[in-house]
Amino acid sequence: MPHHDVLVIGAGLAGQRAALSAAEQGANVGIISKVHPVRSHSNAAQGGINAALDPEDSWESHAFDTVKGSDYLGDQDAIEIMCREAPDELLELEHLGVTFHRDETGHLGKRAFGGASAARTYYVADITGQAILHVLYEQLMKHDVVHRYEEWFTTALVQDEEGKVSGAVTRNIRDGSMELFAAKSVILATGGNGQVFNPTTNALVCTGDAIAMAYRIGAPLMDMEMIQYHPTTLAGLGLLITEGARGEGAHLYNADGERFMEKYAPNKMELASRDVVSRAEQTEINEGRGFPDGTVALDITVVPRKRIHEALREILNVGRDFAGVDITKEPIHIKPGNHYAMGGVKSDTDGLTSIPGLYAVGECACVSVHGGNRLGANSLLDTLIFGRRAGAHAGKRSKGSPMPQPSRASLDDEEARIRAIFDRERSGRRVSEIKAELGATMDEKCSVYRDEEGLREALEVVTRLRQEAKVATVDDRGTIFNQDLLGALELQFMIDNAETILVSAIERKESRGAQYRTDFPDRNDDDWLKHITVQPNGDGEAPEIEYSEVTMTQWEPEERTY
Amino acid sequence: MAEAQDFTLKIRRFDPESGEQAHWQDFGVELDPDRSVLDGILQVKDREDASLAIRCSCRAAICGSCGVRINGKSALACNTRLSDAKQTASNGAITVEPMGNMPVIKDLIVDMDAVHWKKIQRVVPWLLPEGEPPEREYIVPAEAMIDVTQSMACIQCGVCVSACLSLEVDPEFIGPAALAKAYRFVGDPRDDHTEERLRDLAEDPHGIYDCTHCFACIEVCPKDVAPMSQIMRLRRRATADFGIKDSNNGYGHEKGFVDIIEKWGTLHEAQLLPRSFGQGSAIRGQVEPDAVKQLLRDMPTALRGLRAGKITPKKALMHPKLPGQKNVRRIFEEVEGKKERLELNLYIVGDDGDQAEGAQAEGSGES
Repeated sequence: MPHHDVLVIGAGLAGQRAALSAAEQGANVGIISKVHPVRSHSNAAQGGINAALDPEDSWESHAFDTVKGSDYLGDQDAIEIMCREAPDELLELEHLGVTFHRDETGHLGKRAFGGASAARTYYVADITGQAILHVLYEQLMKHDVVHRYEEWFTTALVQDEEGKVSGAVTRNIRDGSMELFAAKSVILATGGNGQVFNPTTNALVCTGDAIAMAYRIGAPLMDMEMIQYHPTTLAGLGLLITEGARGEGAHLYNADGERFMEKYAPNKMELASRDVVSRAEQTEINEGRGFPDGTVALDITVVPRKRIHEALREILNVGRDFAGVDITKEPIHIKPGNHYAMGGVKSDTDGLTSIPGLYAVGECACVSVHGGNRLGANSLLDTLIFGRRAGAHAGKRSKGSPMPQPSRASLDDEEARIRAIFDRERSGRRVSEIKAELGATMDEKCSVYRDEEGLREALEVVTRLRQEAKVATVDDRGTIFNQDLLGALELQFMIDNAETILVSAIERKESRGAQYRTDFPDRNDDDWLKHITVQPNGDGEAPEIEYSEVTMTQWEPEERTY
Repeated sequence: MAEAQDFTLKIRRFDPESGEQAHWQDFGVELDPDRSVLDGILQVKDREDASLAIRCSCRAAICGSCGVRINGKSALACNTRLSDAKQTASNGAITVEPMGNMPVIKDLIVDMDAVHWKKIQRVVPWLLPEGEPPEREYIVPAEAMIDVTQSMACIQCGVCVSACLSLEVDPEFIGPAALAKAYRFVGDPRDDHTEERLRDLAEDPHGIYDCTHCFACIEVCPKDVAPMSQIMRLRRRATADFGIKDSNNGYGHEKGFVDIIEKWGTLHEAQLLPRSFGQGSAIRGQVEPDAVKQLLRDMPTALRGLRAGKITPKKALMHPKLPGQKNVRRIFEEVEGKKERLELNLYIVGDDGDQAEGAQAEGSGES
């Protein structure tokens, strides 16, 4: 049985950062990922990473912008930690080799980003996430003390009799073998759940695996209703156009040629926070001022050509390859699209969840630093700061404690579960059909504008899909690279995600951050300045809902305008 | 969006568990012609056969998972349009097969660890700065960071590895992706092992001089990393900046080649061998003991050529100048007359909007 002091599940930025930091503590670390680590979706973070590094700037200002951006739902103690530690983290990345953009004096250069009162976004062209991900992977290749399990799929978490996490059950994708891992600590870092929606900017791997696995063993999920729709995604495909484009000066226009953000955010214009810009766009589209394809226009031609080449080259390629548009010459049609889950497994500022031995970091976690709405360029920061903290905490904690002996029964259970999938009659719906219906339903009923009726309809659909997923047809019975089986397992993870999102969205009877309820259009601090958490309540039962207080340190809720 | 059209995907299948040989299987898909070959493959998986295996994730040419060969050409499936693929298809069917130069695991999935990642590991792919890091950031020229961004843009998809002709002949060749990765450190002013890295890559018989300059990697790279350009820059830095004359005669071969073209306009083959062995000089190639030894070793090949009539003494000794050779020389003068060495980098363009797309040359700041 492979055993590690610290077992990290997921190898994007949060997972790799956690693994490296646990290894620095001298811990024996394993890192598992269902894809090769550099395929992780952290790659897609284009615009940059926020840090108040400039002496003219302050971490307090960064923290306030984040609190305001969160619509006061973010926990201010966690936000303070993130913003205070950001400059050192950024410098450490720079020292490790990230090729951050420089200004003409050779110092780190920065760009403006949405919802920020100062330019504090550091970047590598528009491939910032990719650049950091690849540099961290360089460090993993350098320090082979971290044992890498690349292309291994985790199916379930294992607890001992006292409820403490003692390991995980996995499937080696390359040969189909099932393996039980023992670990003193398990750090979840599998990223978001964007695939629950269609379209989405998220990669096909973003199926909310860890969120569902933690939920299944009773870890509370928090702020699940807070799903960010990014203001600039390509219609149909859902591909992302970085906020960096607006940071560099690009404008938004409706079909009448009106720079409509004047009406919604007269001060910050296109650089208001994402929920505000997405709602503005959706309002324009809904009220008939969009283009026939249900979009508005992003005009990047105002950015100098030289600057586009050095700073927005990826977008140049995306425009050319996926929309047939030369962004240096003409506007590109965009719309709000599913992008990011602010919610996730409830965790503290060291990444610890409510379950002993279990940590969660990055997008699958909810610390909560993003609250109702995440600011652009704060997600990379979140993954790195809390990845590092959780890794260090778990690494230290492992010293002197005995290696648990997880029961083989959990392995037997998972093997039986997979055998049952292979034994299904081939009479059910296809996994792809169920997934498509799930994605379309969530995008229709649980996006920028929501109401109780629509959310309840969606929940009914999801409840039916849950039953259909249990008997969905699987074509492939093989062992080597059986992606069909993994798809069937992921589908069940996604349904847990969808249900908890909908239940939370129905519960929050107000509009805050990314949750805009047309039936409750105002923010209501008296009743709803609190987190919603959900826990499983037995098979077939609706999740159990609880509340937890928002931690306030120095910023009282104010009206939010940009 | 255009109307959906019918396409035929002819996909190379291989199931290691079946005991059967690899074979082709046709699938019909119905999609907007602007959608990608990956979308087509996903439709096959969704509607018809979910056992068809391909790595894929982002659908946007960012994650680097879905490298395949489409109608024989290495590419990412996600950024190849069905309409474009149909144009190069023979008999109307778009062929999709696994990448080359790497062992196939199942269907369109290859073993990248066995080849690609092994080679990446070979180039010491992490920054090696001198001493303790500064309190703040390293102060480095802005252009240097933009310059290495072109190789940072590599997504490790392996498409260039698949297309590399040198790798086909010499599987030990470090290869385009890993050498582009090497440039990312060589070009990074924070790295303190520039010369060591260059010497290592020049002296390795499967290193920078193993590239045959065929442009295949540049043509197929989905991210405009231009691996071959990075290899050529490694060579220029090795020779011009550090005077590294490798024991494999890579330097001599390149210098001899370039000098011959400057002088005659076309390749004078009889001169190439002695010049290659003589660090670019035909004279040294004929008098230095080591070079002479190597020349003698190649004598039987030359004699066989003579016997077969592939070489004639006249052709070997009297190489005619290319008509209009002056124009060739003018190119040399133009390029060599610049104060700074010319480097091409897509991330660096001038202010002049009339210049051709991304192709403007800039001083690299290395000279």
